[in-house]
Amino acid sequence: MLSLDSSSIASVALSRDGEVLSRFDTVDTRSHAEALAPAVHDLMAEAGLTGTDLDAVLVGTGPGPFTGLRAGLVTGRTLGFAWALPVHGVCSLDAAAFHVAPEALAAGHAEFVVVTDARRKELYRRDYRVHEDERGPVITPLGDPRVGPPEDVPALPCYGSGAGLYPDRLSHAVPGFSDLHPSAADLARAAWAITSRGQELSTDTSPLYLRDSDAKVPASPKRATR
Amino acid sequence: MNTAEPLVMGIESSCDETGIGIVRGTELLTNTVSSSMAEHVRFGGVIPEIASRAHLEAFVPAVRAALDDAGVTLDQLDAIAVTSGPGLAGALMVGVAAAKALAVATGKPLYAINHLVAHVGVGLLDDRGELPDGLGALLVSGGHTEILAVPDITSDVRLLGATIDDAAGEAYDKVARLLGLSYPGGPAIDKAAKDGDPTAFAFPRGLTAGKYMGSAENPGPHRYDMSFSGLKTAVARVVEAFDAAGQPVPVADVAASFQESVVDVIARKTVLACTEHGITTLLMGGGVAANSRLREVVTARCGEHGIPVVIPPLSLCTDNGAMVAALGSRLVAQGRQPTGISFTADPGLPVSAVSMPAA
Ligand SMILES: [Zn+2]
Repeated sequence: MLSLDSSSIASVALSRDGEVLSRFDTVDTRSHAEALAPAVHDLMAEAGLTGTDLDAVLVGTGPGPFTGLRAGLVTGRTLGFAWALPVHGVCSLDAAAFHVAPEALAAGHAEFVVVTDARRKELYRRDYRVHEDERGPVITPLGDPRVGPPEDVPALPCYGSGAGLYPDRLSHAVPGFSDLHPSAADLARAAWAITSRGQELSTDTSPLYLRDSDAKVPASPKRATR
Repeated sequence: MNTAEPLVMGIESSCDETGIGIVRGTELLTNTVSSSMAEHVRFGGVIPEIASRAHLEAFVPAVRAALDDAGVTLDQLDAIAVTSGPGLAGALMVGVAAAKALAVATGKPLYAINHLVAHVGVGLLDDRGELPDGLGALLVSGGHTEILAVPDITSDVRLLGATIDDAAGEAYDKVARLLGLSYPGGPAIDKAAKDGDPTAFAFPRGLTAGKYMGSAENPGPHRYDMSFSGLKTAVARVVEAFDAAGQPVPVADVAASFQESVVDVIARKTVLACTEHGITTLLMGGGVAANSRLREVVTARCGEHGIPVVIPPLSLCTDNGAMVAALGSRLVAQGRQPTGISFTADPGLPVSAVSMPAA
């Protein structure tokens, strides 16, 4: 499976049965359109793979800054079309949630929140419940992803890059995870946690913008009469 | 690769049209366009974020439809071309990211193409498949207004003049709002103006004063440039004055007088640029090329100087993928190096950059 996420940093991963074979992650959060296609090309070439060797494409559907988010979605959808592969969508925050699940379990946090930077002094967030079965950690989203000021985040342990941004405005920012961005590698692992338990991945790759376009209908001009 | 008559897909997303065109050599196989124009109507102008969202949703369906319409497969393509600027940054990015993904998936060479030069590339799609010598172009749309000299479409394109503020189409949109007419403003004002007196109001002709024009030997700073924001303000004052006096605004007369000012300035500057730069054929492009009065006046005044005006069908004047494919096809035929997949879209790409060099 080829996975892409561009909701925060831009990242690409190749995986088989949830095992990440190779990955690429940008450091910054502003070069998605430049980085993604070369990264896909390089990872595929290094692994000696072509599109016919893949079973599916997986994309992180956000939430994330609009322009960057679209770069990953249009790249994933287009690769899927060109290679005649199914394209699956998973909420990007689920990737980060799956990444911290072992830590949350170890800390005794049965419920937690993933928070990432939404700019404009706001955070994207999604609440999760975590438990463990014989295959490993299982995360269950509690409701939909949301955007809002740090004060709106529920009083649960907060993991993710957003926790490092507003430690004083969150009631329980867990330290040590401020570099945690959703990544394609974690997205692939989170997806395997779903499919390995016999559940299907969604084929909905609609972007989770969570904010409208900010376009304002201009004040109606005084009616010019004829 | 077939370089004599390459099969090329062109991708356009610089404004509100998601365009996919496919050509074989200079033969147009499909010109598939998905427009988000209807979504911008209530805003009275193109909203970049709304256009970008629409590009994401439209892209794959448009590619599928174009391939079906042309009866070709991705495997058969010789190259892919994409508009990389100028245009709206977020909108450009969708087409560029998608084009790169297609290039990666298919292994086909990718050319990053200048949108303005691509408008001229439409001229390659006529029966002769060649551009005339001494070619110039007048591009007028909601996003741009330029006069170009095109000695060689693949290597030598020069910007002679351009609007220094609003694009002409943008001025039409804003004035249409002032007059309570519909969006897009071009067709609405063109229609209203038919019943109006173009001499009813003496609206300003931007950048036509001597200090801007200079002389042919000693050109001023804006000899071939245009400006429409002052004109828009002048129209607003007239409308306000009628409103303040409690009188109905003579919409037809205002529309006709406004349009006459726009058309007069464009035609005057274009004829000057053509005659002073050895341009012997003028190609019109951009959505406002559909404007009946603009066509009439530019054609008549160029005709006085023996300059024929070529106006492609409207579907090839508005933004489209066929023009991108046409220019890409010519670049392939001439053996130009592809751009590759590491370039960055450039919202301000200068017209002298016909295609972007390999990064
Ligand atoms: Zn255009």
